[in-house]
Amino acid sequence: MSPIIEVSDLSKTYASGTPALKGVTLDIREGEILALLGPNGAGKTTFISILCGLVTPTGGQVRVGGHDLLRDYRAARSLIGLVPQEIALEFFESVINTVRFSRGLYGKAPDDAYLERVLRALSLWDKRDAKLRELSGGMKRRVLIAKALSHGPRILFLDEPTAGVDVNLRREMWEVVRGLKAEGVTIILTTHYLEEAEEMADRVGIIDKGRLLLVRDKADLMHEFGQKVLRVELAAPLAELPSALSGLELSPDGLTVSYRYDTHADRSGIARLLGTFAAEGIGVRDVATEQSSLEDVFLRLVRDLA
Amino acid sequence: MNWRSILTIFNFEMARFWRTPWESLAAPVVSTVLYFVVFGAAIGTRIESVDNISYGAFIVPGLIILTVLQQSLANASNAIFMRKFVGTIHEILAAPISFIEVVAGFVGAAALKSVIIAIVIYLTALAFVDLPLAHPVLALVLLVLTSFGFALWGFLMGIWARDWQQLQFIPMMVITPLVFLGGAFYSASMLPPFWEAVAKLNPVLYLVSGFRWTFFGMADVPVLSSVLALAIFLGLGFLAVWAIFRTGWRLRA
Repeated sequence: MSPIIEVSDLSKTYASGTPALKGVTLDIREGEILALLGPNGAGKTTFISILCGLVTPTGGQVRVGGHDLLRDYRAARSLIGLVPQEIALEFFESVINTVRFSRGLYGKAPDDAYLERVLRALSLWDKRDAKLRELSGGMKRRVLIAKALSHGPRILFLDEPTAGVDVNLRREMWEVVRGLKAEGVTIILTTHYLEEAEEMADRVGIIDKGRLLLVRDKADLMHEFGQKVLRVELAAPLAELPSALSGLELSPDGLTVSYRYDTHADRSGIARLLGTFAAEGIGVRDVATEQSSLEDVFLRLVRDLA
Repeated sequence: MNWRSILTIFNFEMARFWRTPWESLAAPVVSTVLYFVVFGAAIGTRIESVDNISYGAFIVPGLIILTVLQQSLANASNAIFMRKFVGTIHEILAAPISFIEVVAGFVGAAALKSVIIAIVIYLTALAFVDLPLAHPVLALVLLVLTSFGFALWGFLMGIWARDWQQLQFIPMMVITPLVFLGGAFYSASMLPPFWEAVAKLNPVLYLVSGFRWTFFGMADVPVLSSVLALAIFLGLGFLAVWAIFRTGWRLRA
């Protein structure tokens, strides 16, 4: 299947001379959730803004659904919905009116049945006549999603959708995003919550200092860069590790020994390690393993690749 | 041409107008009545007539133009500036619409508001003075063109302005003086020859004069030059908006 968005050698240098993107090339597959990760100022928002027509690129090319983003902007943009990072709304409007406005702006015929489905899916239907200024922050964010969905886009950009949002609402947003994916909408989200990317994404792209450092299937990424930690709980505290176990970490209370190993190595070394415990006469109460999180992977990557 | 998008912007802006009828309609009417009291009743008793037209009637076309200029500029500039200020401009920029459609929606609504206000002022004036209307169709054409032209420039101002002070700057420093010196309250022929020549450099004089001609059939300058001046003004505004959307100046980084 051909990608729904093809980005080649995209660059942007702002009028101030700040280079925000330096030659990003990326294909986005139809129906996937792509998470773009990166520290603040990495170029994530610039990237999204170019794809949504808010920022003019200084180099490179973007095709959306086969249409050139600049030359054939009507066809390209009508496939896209954008949920911006900042909450920007006409505060004296009602929910239903602002959503109708967004749909009309895209030149779509009024379709209140469709808008009702969108608002119900976002738990906003009961609030449809409320003025936007009366809504809570979380609801305002959902109104932004409803506006972005009002014209039935095939691609949805979410720029830091859960920044400053509490845990419950964040989970709610994730549900909404999963529901959209199930309907076949391609979703590109930026975040600096690694938890979010780990939870949601099919693929993860890492942007830093205007460059796309890598794009990988999330599972592959975790697998490729993932380390596991074996934690061995001891029956009795140790004052220090015996020399046979040097190189491991002993917790301050002397009760836990941690051993890091690479999941790709032919041998994990666990059997040998446990053998050493037995040979040294150290009693083991429990053993647990932990997968390193995307956050660890991310920090390592930014350090190694930058 | 994407009519649905144009109509969406247009209806949204008009809805704002009808939602606050007091600010939208009553305020300009009240200020017009005040002008009547001050210029018509107080000064009019001393001037009596200009070119055989009662002073009260004479100032009506100028008052209408004055209000139309201010309202067109203010409505169009506020509409686009507020979107920049609040951040909802992103929606307009991301939509699959051309600059012509954006301008048609915003400027069209701002111009229509001015035309409505102008008609209300005209009807208000009828309550005070005898007011002929010699060329009603031409009056309407000039009114619409003026409203549209200044709404276009107001739209530009709203894009140009970075803050509220800048937004107020041009109406205060440029438009108000031009209008007051543009023969709204007197005929240029009443001025000494030197100042009459200076006054004829003021583009607003051509508007007021042309518009007054549609009421009374008399003017300071030939009506054709009024129409020409207006056409040039409109054309320049349109070119400027086109250039702005092409380059993204102060809209797209």
